[in-house]
Amino acid sequence: MTEPTESLRHTALYDRHREAGAKLVPFAGWEMPVQYPDGIRAEHQHVRAHAGIFDVSHMGEIETSGPQAEAFLQHILSNDVTKIPIGGAQYSLLCQEDGGVIDDLFTYRLGPQRYLTVTNAANHPVDFQWFALQAGGFDVDVIDRANEYAMIALQGPEARGILRQLLGDGAEPERMKIVESHVAGHPALICGTGYTGEDGVEILVPPANASSIWEDLIIAGAKPIGLAARDTLRLEVCFHLYGNDLSRDRDPISAGLAWACALDTGFIGSEVLKKIGDEGPEQKLVPFRIVGPGIPRQDNPVFRGGSQIGVVTSGTLSPSLDNGVGMAYVDAEFAEPGIDIEIDIRGKLRPAQTRRKPLYVKQ
Amino acid sequence: MADEHYPEDLIYHPEHDWAKIDGDIATFGITWFAQDALGEVVFFEPPAVGTAVTKDASYAEIESVKAVSEVVAPLSGEIVEVNEALEAAPETINDDPYGAGWMVKIKLSDPSEVAALLDPAAYKALL
Repeated sequence: MTEPTESLRHTALYDRHREAGAKLVPFAGWEMPVQYPDGIRAEHQHVRAHAGIFDVSHMGEIETSGPQAEAFLQHILSNDVTKIPIGGAQYSLLCQEDGGVIDDLFTYRLGPQRYLTVTNAANHPVDFQWFALQAGGFDVDVIDRANEYAMIALQGPEARGILRQLLGDGAEPERMKIVESHVAGHPALICGTGYTGEDGVEILVPPANASSIWEDLIIAGAKPIGLAARDTLRLEVCFHLYGNDLSRDRDPISAGLAWACALDTGFIGSEVLKKIGDEGPEQKLVPFRIVGPGIPRQDNPVFRGGSQIGVVTSGTLSPSLDNGVGMAYVDAEFAEPGIDIEIDIRGKLRPAQTRRKPLYVKQ
Repeated sequence: MADEHYPEDLIYHPEHDWAKIDGDIATFGITWFAQDALGEVVFFEPPAVGTAVTKDASYAEIESVKAVSEVVAPLSGEIVEVNEALEAAPETINDDPYGAGWMVKIKLSDPSEVAALLDPAAYKALL
């Protein structure tokens, strides 16, 4: 069993998680709530049916500003940054020269020359170094803002109603937008984004105010949800998880993220990705569902007709489908929906079938 | 930890398994601590009747939503009965780890091994 160690970092909401009886685990150098006493399945279903709040303060933020902020981000991010209006949001990849993925990110445009990029916790230090390194030839300021924000994701069909109880006369963001607003009387950046497949928002606030906002969100009807349910929620809707479905050894085209790559903008890695796009990737990421019992896990080999055709990158028991599901990189010829495959789960071949995205469709 | 989590009539293995001895038959399961640490159990497949199990060695795997763990045999012997109900209702292991959540029954091959297991107080001291 993991004992909490002094070296793990704590978010501003750590005491709230402890009081709520959360099971705390090390995650990317942080001690984070993996689940609360109700358990993963109940938490997952609660987000699908009502609304949950997630402490995602371990994620990092990088602010980019200055006359060449747009040109700089266009150079390092895969998507077309010029398409982000002021107050807009965009998903993109940070790629190295060979097209391998350094991280996947949301970038928000706060002003004409000011952007905020949200990074994955484990990648944040490397991402910031990459930003700083590549900024050399541009007239931009790149600032690490990770310690200045706590982040709470409020997700689920009831999320907007709960948010409105706490907005006062503050503005509410549309989907994929960001507004400077107020939550429960505290200044906040509110983003109409999330990673659960449900409607909802992500709230960025100074850490000192996070606890009081968290409490007010609970009073307004939201329920704390751990990182384990965050993972099952995202996998059901086939959102990528860095470290599982994305890595420096995989490129966005193979990962099915060509839609987030504007190959003609000349971003770092785009030359290689164009080639991969033209020739077609050797392997592609595809969702699948186990037929019968068995729960797939990361690194399980994938077979068809006795030969290995790929490897599982994410796998779990889907609480909504009550069935083993996952995503796997398989040889491109087998990467369409409806292909019968077998997943080698600890030495036992379990029948499965590739599926369309998303694995779970809201009724 | 409340005492009811570790019944007095069982003996315990440091890997968080329990055994209940009845003559030369022992029933195995995992402790309250183990099921709590795992979280919601979603999959358990007992080995077949007739399988030999060895003290301290894994005889089955148990899965929660998040992870896979090995289940260790507290004593050696041959499996004579398995709890078939767990395949359809693995959550029973969380709900009733010492009762309906039992996993296998074995015929002991070396009853002297029992001496090496822990009483509830000694097991609790490990937690």
